[in-house]
Amino acid sequence: MTAGQSDRILVKGNEAIAYGAVDAGLKCYFGYPITPQNEIPEMLSVLLPEAGGVFVQAESEVGAVNMLLGAGACGVPAMTSSSSCGISLMQEGISFLAGSHVPGVIVNMARGGPGLGDLGPSQGDYFQAVKGGGHGDHRNLVLAPATAQECYDFMFKAFALAFAYRNPVMVLGDAVVAQIKEPVQRVPPAGAVKAEHLQFLVRDQRIEGYGARGKTAAPRLLKSVYLAEGELAERNRLLQRKYADMRKEVLFECEDVDDAELIVVAFGSIGRTARGAVRRLRGENRKVGLFRPVTLYPFPDEALQKLAPGRRFLVMEQNIGQMMEDVRLAVNGVSPVHWHGVMPGLFVSANELVEPILRVLGGQSGSN
Amino acid sequence: MTSAKKSVPPRAEKLVFDVNPVLNERPTHYCPGCHHGIAHRLVSEALHELGVADRTILVASVGCAAFTYDYFNVDSVEAPHGRACAVATGVRRARPGAVVFTYQGDGDMAAIGTAESLHAANRGEKITAVFINNTVYGMTGGQMAPTTLLGQKTTTSRRGRDFDNEGGPIRLTEIMAQLQGVAYAARCALDSVKHVKEAKKAVRRAFDAQIAGLGFGFVELLSSCPTNWHMDPVAANRHIAEEMIPVFPLGVFRDVMKEKGNA
Amino acid sequence: MPEYRDVIIAGFGGQGVMLIGNLLAQAGMERGLNVTFIPVYGAEMRGGTANCTVVLDSLPIASPLVRDPLSTIVLNEPSLTKFQPRLRRDGVQIVNASLVARELVDTAIRTVYIPVNDVAHKIGNVKLSNMVALGAWLRATAALPLKTVQDALGRVVSAHYAKLLPVNAAALEAGYNFA
Repeated sequence: MTAGQSDRILVKGNEAIAYGAVDAGLKCYFGYPITPQNEIPEMLSVLLPEAGGVFVQAESEVGAVNMLLGAGACGVPAMTSSSSCGISLMQEGISFLAGSHVPGVIVNMARGGPGLGDLGPSQGDYFQAVKGGGHGDHRNLVLAPATAQECYDFMFKAFALAFAYRNPVMVLGDAVVAQIKEPVQRVPPAGAVKAEHLQFLVRDQRIEGYGARGKTAAPRLLKSVYLAEGELAERNRLLQRKYADMRKEVLFECEDVDDAELIVVAFGSIGRTARGAVRRLRGENRKVGLFRPVTLYPFPDEALQKLAPGRRFLVMEQNIGQMMEDVRLAVNGVSPVHWHGVMPGLFVSANELVEPILRVLGGQSGSN
Repeated sequence: MTSAKKSVPPRAEKLVFDVNPVLNERPTHYCPGCHHGIAHRLVSEALHELGVADRTILVASVGCAAFTYDYFNVDSVEAPHGRACAVATGVRRARPGAVVFTYQGDGDMAAIGTAESLHAANRGEKITAVFINNTVYGMTGGQMAPTTLLGQKTTTSRRGRDFDNEGGPIRLTEIMAQLQGVAYAARCALDSVKHVKEAKKAVRRAFDAQIAGLGFGFVELLSSCPTNWHMDPVAANRHIAEEMIPVFPLGVFRDVMKEKGNA
Repeated sequence: MPEYRDVIIAGFGGQGVMLIGNLLAQAGMERGLNVTFIPVYGAEMRGGTANCTVVLDSLPIASPLVRDPLSTIVLNEPSLTKFQPRLRRDGVQIVNASLVARELVDTAIRTVYIPVNDVAHKIGNVKLSNMVALGAWLRATAALPLKTVQDALGRVVSAHYAKLLPVNAAALEAGYNFA
């Protein structure tokens, strides 16, 4: 037996997000219904009030992200969740979170696009998530869970990062990650930041009413507007220094890469499906490995650079070619980077990813 | 924080006006004759009289009022254009002990932020919204607002607002008063001493409603914009009395405290 | 020895496809296996079938989605049309004889052709036909002991229907003993 029955619960990725958020110290949730993430607000509408928190169904995603801005400015662990179209609506608020140095967690269980698209899985929001998404030069820390257990565990990490850097953190999944039901151990991961410590991390930067700091304390202001000459430039330099600091948070997973001729690079649900294909080919003594970025921003480019000499790469992703660009930038021409895309909205199995890998192994280029 | 340092009146003169410690003495960026200064003073006096400034959080908006936080000695956060009531919802839910208010112009509250404003009100968020209606977009240079009067010329309604093309002025207080979550809704004007005195009471009531936990407190203040109306301040005051008040009737449209006999 | 099983369960919405998928995953987890359950919806919903995929494995599961399954449970004709061509030739299918014409069944594939509606009706409630089908699948695949699945019922059927647990267990057993 790999684990006993008592310590595992069978839950959807969405449900694991809700449990993880509450266990990590979530105090305020704001959101608007959209498929395929509805189990998150549905569960939190029960769990969060029971845990002494606040659940508000907002009038729109625009309302939700700005409520998040308000609660985050107070230094309280807060989150919202949505799916592609709704995340697009939130981008203004996300840019304000970044520009005002306010912590907040945003879950995107992406669906097929563009437009209303469909309800199937998609990684078409990769660029929007990792390049900032809103206006101006801002970045989100982006975590990409592939399993229900990671959905649970990554909520702890999401809040820890949001509060350590006072920055928006996006947890990027898709319809497969959201809807898959798997056993989850509802136990805080090792080294998780304690919920009460989160608020302590921002004690000098939150709004609370100046009286909380003493009768004659100076008022505090959280803002992103800087009109005086040179002022905004300084603020942007500060942001860039913060983003440089974030690079140490990079996370990725490797399997069978040491002797691999070809490394498949894939994240999230396609990351786990590609692992199935890679394992099958390993069983046939093919020299294939898997590299799964876990943080999409910061991107694990140094690790890919180190692996590059003498190896080829095949990026597999469920979009029309997005992470491929970051892998190519990381490898910087040292070795070939092929690409295989799965169209957004399709449900793809491991067997369907075997053939494209074989094609590239056999000397052909990638395809979709 | 700038202290409540009393200005000393010259001998034989009687002190008739003084600053209160909630408002600092920084010169404002508002134009001559603009009513924002009066509105700021009314809000700051209410906070001072209630003794709640040290637990008050201001949610600033976008428009001429964007820099409100420069003048109020309270903790503040900046909201994106139109979203002040949503940000205030997040603040008040995260800090239930705080006194929270938004200060928004007509474009911010009644155009781009209508959804956030009406829904915060409808949820009965325990916040106070101060709504400055001067029928024009001031900061961006005099464009048409949702409250612009029919026939009023603006930089985007050059021949005067035409109902067939632009619709009519939104009467937000009347709409707010229909919502169950609203504990207090009133419209006042800042064009005369009498009206300013009434406005002061209304602003105070809009905070009382929040502090009593009864729901959303709303006060609309008909205000002047001499610059974009192309008038001197005296003519602007007359414009409020003669042109605006007939379209935007003054009064208390909802007062739950009174209905509960707790006037 | 790694032990891998997968099954696509398909039928009309309302036939309890998701419930037996959940039950199988829960029982697999309680047996100590790794499991995934994923409902497939969206465009496919319009084809008249609701379906889900369950994977059971002693090793960590990579792909929760399966294109060419080792087994299927098909409760209506559209599901047979859709999934029979994808079923592995060495696989097994449980086919609802109450709703699927025999001539549609590919005789080259190992098939348990069982009138689950009729069997369920005899037990007292045609709504139990999904349990009958799962019972037949358990017998045909020997993936899990019948008792493990019966024991897991309490965690999957909502407390409101607790009084129906014995009859659900009986339906599983009737399907198991049919072959």
